[in-house]
Amino acid sequence: MRNTKVTLAGVELKNPVMTASGTFGSGAEYGEFYDLGALGAVVTKGVANVPWPGNPTPRIAETASGMLNAIGLQNPGIDVFVERDIPYLRQYDTKIIVNVCGKTTEDYCQVVERLALEPVDLLEINVSCPNVKEGGIAFGQNPKALEAITREVKKYAKQPVIMKLSPNVTDIAEMARAAEAGGADALSLINTLTGMKIDIYRRSFAIANRTGGLSGPAVKPVAVRMVYQAAQAVKLPVIGMGGICTAEDALEFILAGATAVSVGTANFTNPCAAKEVAEGIERYMEQQGVDDIRELIGAVK
Amino acid sequence: MKSREFAKVAEQEKIASDIYSLWIEASGIAAEAKPGQFLSLYSADQSRMLPRPISICEIDREHGRLRLVYRTVGAGTEEFSRLKAGDRIEVLGPLGNGFPLKKGKAFLIGGGIGIPPMVQAAKELAGQEDPSMIQVIAGYRSEQFLTQELSAYGTLYIATEDGSAGTKGTVLDAVREHALDAEVIYACGPRPMLRAVKEYAEEHGIECWISMEERMACGIGACLACVCGSTEVDGHSHVKNKRVCKDGPVFLSTEVEL
Repeated sequence: MRNTKVTLAGVELKNPVMTASGTFGSGAEYGEFYDLGALGAVVTKGVANVPWPGNPTPRIAETASGMLNAIGLQNPGIDVFVERDIPYLRQYDTKIIVNVCGKTTEDYCQVVERLALEPVDLLEINVSCPNVKEGGIAFGQNPKALEAITREVKKYAKQPVIMKLSPNVTDIAEMARAAEAGGADALSLINTLTGMKIDIYRRSFAIANRTGGLSGPAVKPVAVRMVYQAAQAVKLPVIGMGGICTAEDALEFILAGATAVSVGTANFTNPCAAKEVAEGIERYMEQQGVDDIRELIGAVK
Repeated sequence: MKSREFAKVAEQEKIASDIYSLWIEASGIAAEAKPGQFLSLYSADQSRMLPRPISICEIDREHGRLRLVYRTVGAGTEEFSRLKAGDRIEVLGPLGNGFPLKKGKAFLIGGGIGIPPMVQAAKELAGQEDPSMIQVIAGYRSEQFLTQELSAYGTLYIATEDGSAGTKGTVLDAVREHALDAEVIYACGPRPMLRAVKEYAEEHGIECWISMEERMACGIGACLACVCGSTEVDGHSHVKNKRVCKDGPVFLSTEVEL
């Protein structure tokens, strides 16, 4: 029996495959396509202390091998999430990772505190969304601010805390070290890269927010490089994501140093993408004679 | 469990400038589909990651086939326009809610590429109503398409922007010119047309179902890209944003802000 289990900040996942926040809702839409128990974990869409309406439409645009989005973190707020989404996910034999968003440090802490007694396994703190005016990326582009919010969140958190990093920085290693210094239990990266698309016939921005976050295979080489640099810079486990569509993509991230990986934009192309990545990793292990997935983590030479 | 599937292309023809009619074999989808629903069509080119939502024009349940009539607007739909009989295309559906077909004298209003779903709606209404109750109003810029199909199930009134056929002007100009009335309206078309139809319906106290369009990513209700403003708090995010792909695309006109 080959081992696909990995441990993330003390939490054991049956395999290293999870979903990237914002691409999977709270799982309900995808539960109509497959048993979510096929995944190591489900990472939910960002949830705030109160409902957020999000940005004006159009919110997305397709780009070469990817897409831009500026959804603006529309979400129902923590009350509905706790009542409706956590019980839904609890039906499945998978770990639950709740992505937390906010405008102020207090907003984040309020959600984290509210989740303390809920049956969720890990928290992911979204300090890297490029599409909201306040909060989000404001915390994720300054190492001092990142360290400070990490420390504050940790005071209230009962579950291990993953800090989700932005790629829109000069030195990702510095940001990784700042989150580690603030007491993070794990890191996840990359969030989307800020981009823009212009409709030349209408002479207008393709999405209402003007800028949006670029995701999909177009960003993968940038993401692999940043995951490698972050994993080299800290002792924390790293969750790698950015354009993963196949098991081969996922394995690049694992070899670069990721303990787990997230499938994001590919969920829009193929609702079964995350499950198929998990299956493909097992096939690779068989073909390559890998007995334990952990042998591969950071094994690039 | 739902899944994407490969559908076989039965036939495709160009029926007007940039307008294509595609028949696909997908018996499972045909058995389930209702007028006003749509399919996600996936590009064979992996650099185009997002599915294209295309409305269902006709359902042939007996032969397990569906007709999709769409306009080429970019590289993705141009790729679909090159499909030939025997080719395969990956699809997911049926998606969305569809039109709730009611008893009574009806307007079926289509504008431009919003006209195709009115064919199946008219066909199904014809099964339950006297043909005199079915009034189809189709608005074109100039060049017409699907007129034969639309006039097969009721009375067809045409409006063209340039006056080359029917009433010169909008679909509502055609309604006024012919002094038409209705107890229920079904409409699909560009935003300004839907706005005018919604206003007309509310002014006249007519129940009105409109089919909305918005740019989509997932097509299944997860990504929250394709929302439209709603008068009441929505069931998903508890804000005032309904999902066009999942809560719609058909809404009661009084439910949505245009």
